[in-house]
Amino acid sequence: MSYMATLRIALDALLRNRARSLLTMLGVIIGVAAVIVTVSIGTGARVSVQKQIESLGSNLIVVIPGSVTQGGARSGSGGASTLTPEDGMAIAKLPGVAAVSPAVTVRSQAVAGANNWQTTVTGVAPTYTFVRSWTMAAGAFFTQNDVLSAAKVAVLGQTVVQNLFPDGSSPIGQTIIVKGVPFTVVGTLTAMGQSGTGQDQDDTILVPYTSALQRLTGQATVGTIMVSAADAASVQPAQTAITALLEQRHHIVPPQQDDFTVRNLQDIAAAASSTGAILEFLLAGVAAVSLIVGGIGIMNIMLVSVTERTREIGLRMSVGARGSVILRQFLTESIVLSTVGGIIGVLIGMVGTMLVALLAKWPMVVPLSGVIFSVLFSAAVGVFFGYYPARKAAQLRPIEALRFE
Amino acid sequence: MEPVVDVRDLRKIYDLGGGGTVAALGGVNLQIEQGEFVAVMGPSGSGKSTFMHIAGLLDEPTSGTYRFEGHDVSSLTQDERADIRSRRLGFVFQSYNLLSRTTALENAELPMIYSGVPEIERRRIALEKLAVVGIDHLRDHTPNQMSGGQQQRVAIARSLVNDPALILADEPTGALDTQSSKEVMELFTRLNQEQGITILLVTHEPEVAAYAKRIISFRDGHVVADTLQNQRQAA
Repeated sequence: MSYMATLRIALDALLRNRARSLLTMLGVIIGVAAVIVTVSIGTGARVSVQKQIESLGSNLIVVIPGSVTQGGARSGSGGASTLTPEDGMAIAKLPGVAAVSPAVTVRSQAVAGANNWQTTVTGVAPTYTFVRSWTMAAGAFFTQNDVLSAAKVAVLGQTVVQNLFPDGSSPIGQTIIVKGVPFTVVGTLTAMGQSGTGQDQDDTILVPYTSALQRLTGQATVGTIMVSAADAASVQPAQTAITALLEQRHHIVPPQQDDFTVRNLQDIAAAASSTGAILEFLLAGVAAVSLIVGGIGIMNIMLVSVTERTREIGLRMSVGARGSVILRQFLTESIVLSTVGGIIGVLIGMVGTMLVALLAKWPMVVPLSGVIFSVLFSAAVGVFFGYYPARKAAQLRPIEALRFE
Repeated sequence: MEPVVDVRDLRKIYDLGGGGTVAALGGVNLQIEQGEFVAVMGPSGSGKSTFMHIAGLLDEPTSGTYRFEGHDVSSLTQDERADIRSRRLGFVFQSYNLLSRTTALENAELPMIYSGVPEIERRRIALEKLAVVGIDHLRDHTPNQMSGGQQQRVAIARSLVNDPALILADEPTGALDTQSSKEVMELFTRLNQEQGITILLVTHEPEVAAYAKRIISFRDGHVVADTLQNQRQAA
C-alpha cells in the first residue's frame, strides 16, 4: 500500500473526529507556540546585544600595550607603555585602515564652578568620533590644529554634562578644570548609553591626545590605539598588517613576545552572544517539556482511538491488511496530528511574537532554525508517542478484534 | 480440480487456564469443492464458528492440516495469511462491519486498497459489484443512511471485489428482518448459481440453511451430519 493511500486513510480518520483531533493537537500547538515565542525572545535579546556592541564603532580594531615584566613580576595586558602617537600615524597609512585615533585615559576629578565629578578623561584625535560612530549634540569637535597646538579644549559626554552643569545651562564656552588645568568646552556628544559590558559610555571627557600627554599624564606613550577598518572584510587583513607593522617598529623578532595586543570587536561580541545562547537554550528546554506533555496527550488519545476502533482494525485485517499496514496507519495518524499541531503552533507562535514585539517594544526575531526544529521535533513526538498505540493495534488478532464489543 | 477447502483431522484446543482444556474442534475432516454453497449449522459451542474462522484464515488450528486451493496453509505467518485473505477470501459478518461515516462505494473499495489495486480500477470494480448486489444507486450513502438489508448488500459487494475463491458468511441474516433475510439469501443463491462463487455460510436458522445445496451440522466439535439437498426449498 502506498504512502499516499496510508496518508489518505489517516486524514479521513482524523477528519471524522475533527473536534477530538483539534483538542489532541492542542498540547503540541501550545508547546510549539511556546518554543517559538521563547526562542524569538532569546534571539531578539542576542541581536540587540549585538547591535549595542556594533554601536561601539564600525569595524573597530583596538591595539593595546602588552604586559611588561619588571623584576620577575608580569603586569597584565596593557601594563607596558610601548604605544606612541607615532605608531598610530604609521597605522593610519596601512591599506584597509579608514581612521586611527590614539586614546590616553586618565581618571580624574573635573570641576566646573561649584560642581565637581570624577570621570574618565580621554585624549583622542579628531578621527575618534568617526572610529566610534559618535555624533555631536552641540558645538563642534576639536580639530587637528587643536591637536598640534595641544589646545586646552574639551568635549563632554552627556553624563558629565548632567553632573557638571545640573542647572541645564549650556556648557559650550564654559571652563572646566582637570588636574588643575583649565579646559574650554567646545562641544557635547550625543548620548551613547551603556556599552556591551555595562559601562556608561557617556561618562567621559574628550580632549586632544597631545593635551592629555603634555598637560595631564606627562608621558609620551598612549594607552590604546583605536583603528577603524574600511569595511568588515578588511578587519582581518588590517589586524594582520598592524601586527606586522608594530613588530617592525618595535624591533620585535621571534621568539620575542609582542609588546602589544591587537583585538577586534567581533571577538568581544562573540563572548557576549554566548551568554544569550545559554538563556535561549534554557527557555527552549522549558518549552520542550511542554511539547512532551503534548505528546503524552497524543498517546493517550491514540490509545483510546485504538480501543474504540478495535472492530474496524479487525475488519481491515480480515479483508487483508497486514499488521505492518495497521501499524503504519496509526503511526501516520499520530504523526499527522503532531506535525499539523506543530505547524499551527509555529503560526500562533509567530503571531504571539509579533504581539510581544509590538506591545513590549522588545526586539524579536523568529529564527528559521527554531521553526524547522519545532516542526521536526513535533513530528518526532508523533513517532515516539504514536508508536506504542500503533503497535498495540497492529498486534491485535483479527478474530478477537472482530468480536470486540 | 483441488477442493477449495480441504481439512484433515482439524483440532482446535483452547487452554482454559489451571490445566483445563476444551476442544472446540475435535478432529474434523471436510472438503468443500469449487462452486459449492454450504451451510454450517449447529448450536452455540458446537465449533461451527471456530471452523469458519480457521477456514477463513482468521485463526489457526492447534493440529491437523488445512489445504486451501491445494496449498497447505496450516502453518503460515500472520502476514502470509493476511495476503491470502486479501486476494482469495471474502467475508460477510452478522453486524455488517462497515466503516461508519464512509460511503457505500468506499466501503466496497476497502479490500482492494490492501491488495494494491490502482484507484481508478478500484472505483470501477466497486461500482460493478455494487450493481451486482443491486444497490449501485446508493453508492454515496453512508451506513447510517441505509437499512440493514442495504448495509449487508454493501458488505457482500465488499466481499466480492477481489474475486475470491471462497466467501465466508457468518450469520449474515442474524441482524435482519424476514424480508431482508430472504433478499440477502436470494442474492447469495444467485451469486452461487450465476457466477459459480463458492459460499460457506454459518447459521443456526434452518430456513436460512435451506438455501444452501449442502448442510453440514456440527455438535461438540465434530461433524454429525453432512447432507446434500437436491432441490432448494423456498423458505
